[in-house]
Amino acid sequence: MKKTIDIVGKRNIFFTFSAILIVISLGSLFINGLNFGIDFIGGTIIQIELNQTFETNEIREITDKFDESASITNAGDNQTQLIIDTKENLTQEEIDSIYGEFEEKYDADIELLNSDYKSATIGNELRRQSLIAVAVAVLLMMAYISFRFQFSYAMAALLALLHDIVIVLGVYSLFNIPVNTAFIAAILTILGYSVNDTIVVFDRVRENRKKYKKSQLAELVNDSVSQTMPRSINTTLTTLLAITALYLMGVQAIQSFTLPLMVGFVSGAYSSIFIANSFWYVVQEKKVKSSR
Amino acid sequence: MKLKNALIFCMVLTLIFASGLVMFNGLSIGKYEVVPISEAINYGLDLTGGVYVVLEAQDSPDDPVTDEKIDRAIATIRERIDNLGVSEPIIARQGNDRIRVSIPNIQDQSEALQLIGKTAQLEFVDPNGEIVLTGAHVDQSNAVYQTDDFNRQTAVVTLKLNQEGSDAFAEATKEFINQVIEIRLDNEVISAPNVQTEITDGEAVITGMANLEEAGNLAMLIRAGALPVQLEPIEITTVGPSLGQDSLDKSILGGIIGISLVLAFILLYYRVPGLIACLALIIYILLNFLVFTLIGVTITLPGIAGIILSVGMAVDANVIIFERIKEELKLGKSLMASIDAGFKRAITAIIDGNITTIIAGVVLFALGSGTVRGFAVTLMIGVVISMFTSLTITKRLLKLFASTQFIKNNKFYGA
Repeated sequence: MKKTIDIVGKRNIFFTFSAILIVISLGSLFINGLNFGIDFIGGTIIQIELNQTFETNEIREITDKFDESASITNAGDNQTQLIIDTKENLTQEEIDSIYGEFEEKYDADIELLNSDYKSATIGNELRRQSLIAVAVAVLLMMAYISFRFQFSYAMAALLALLHDIVIVLGVYSLFNIPVNTAFIAAILTILGYSVNDTIVVFDRVRENRKKYKKSQLAELVNDSVSQTMPRSINTTLTTLLAITALYLMGVQAIQSFTLPLMVGFVSGAYSSIFIANSFWYVVQEKKVKSSR
Repeated sequence: MKLKNALIFCMVLTLIFASGLVMFNGLSIGKYEVVPISEAINYGLDLTGGVYVVLEAQDSPDDPVTDEKIDRAIATIRERIDNLGVSEPIIARQGNDRIRVSIPNIQDQSEALQLIGKTAQLEFVDPNGEIVLTGAHVDQSNAVYQTDDFNRQTAVVTLKLNQEGSDAFAEATKEFINQVIEIRLDNEVISAPNVQTEITDGEAVITGMANLEEAGNLAMLIRAGALPVQLEPIEITTVGPSLGQDSLDKSILGGIIGISLVLAFILLYYRVPGLIACLALIIYILLNFLVFTLIGVTITLPGIAGIILSVGMAVDANVIIFERIKEELKLGKSLMASIDAGFKRAITAIIDGNITTIIAGVVLFALGSGTVRGFAVTLMIGVVISMFTSLTITKRLLKLFASTQFIKNNKFYGA
């Protein structure tokens, strides 16, 4: 047999490490908040290919006319694309006239790549819907785990899930990454994936339980985690390979989706292995002690 | 036995590659033709370029939004879009008071947007502010060139009124001779002609058009009729054709690189089972695309991410199984016994893990919108097919390969 890793014995190290990450995440969420994109608060995004590099102040001359706080970013392979992000609700006519001004300034050789307008109503709905979606998904998963395993496993899985959600949100807040619809899809995928990781380990615990005595709880958890460790590492690695390749291609719509996935998968694998199992051990140990 | 199994294995290999070739390159024998997968698949707006709008009906106490009004509005919008001559627009009701319109592959996006949401309430108003006629009285409407007083060719919209309209128009032109009857579109005066004679033939002309195109659009709006309710856009997305194509090319390239890396990794790490897993994954990818085309799944950008993610999940099932086989081999079991035990023991973990992912997918599909739904669909289809391929195809192929005894050293199976 391979060396076993003493997860249970070192659990306080993992708990402390996670606690620090969670405190940083929550702290940033309270101080910086989240940078909600137009999907959630309403507004307009216009993306134009100018086919030449540009200075932000040149762009401001035009954009200041409708919103002085509009954000201007470069994009594209050669940084020749312009993305204007404003909280203003621009009508189609207004977008057309803004585009017309750019056409005048930068020759007719420019192209409107993408425009996106969302009203504030839709944003509010989306925020509510997203919260419901995440809550419903988590409840259904808990119910499934309680049904297939036991309630204590579901509690441990829930803890791991909350851990992952807080950390992903924290990364978004710390790096001021815009939160949009794709982000919600990413969060739900991370939930599914993290629970999947947790279940694979718990499945082994469930199977091994018959072979160990009640007093060997620590050995049971440590052995089960160690036996499933190669799988946990390899799966996380292969999935990260695929997702990173996609991220590096630089399509913006995909990047905003794959970035939370990358953070979430790493956090999910970590929390499944170290947090969920240690927590389950603590709960089980209390049960065993109190039954004596 | 060995030879027979070796033959079967080679046939399976040939079959996989042949079907792969046909699916990606297409095939035509005589009059039968298999279209390559890239042409048979539906692409979403974010990949082809196009316009996506959600319109919300404005409710007011004296003009409540009803189902019937929304249905009529949808019919009117459909007629307007059909007049633009675009292919495959989708116009659908969303919730109680919303209409979702998506038009792929459209050249003049701005023009389309302006035509879709316009109420287009045409009114003829007399000097007292009374409405004489509305668009509902118009039978026919066309855009033509007309010679004006200065002998110039100008574009105008001709109207042919119905009987009721003709009578009302005759009466008004008789009463207000040498006065102005305004023609308003959505409460904006678009033409203010002076009445010169009584008009009894029920024909009227709207002048002041900038060009024939503008006249054509107005004539079309009048023909299709006014919207029975005022619609406000609450969401508009336009994607230029080049951006869509660029995103598609890049994501496909990223996907191919990602999947190749994954295949290379499992091949190097798991050797013989890894080789079998690669074959099973190729079958999995082919099956996935087959299902997409058969049930007409629309592929969006997040959808592509969903496909690649589900490949990751498919790999996971194989990894769980192979790690199990390794453990059984280390316990000293024979190869065949280890393979059987490995699959048997892995099955609960795979099923429980995948069902939780499907739960996330179902919730996402039920509560998500637009492109996110595309992601949920590809993820769910992917997870179901991956369970099938890993539990049946990988198992059959692995046992088949083991029984050919090409490689007898169990080290190559992970021992």
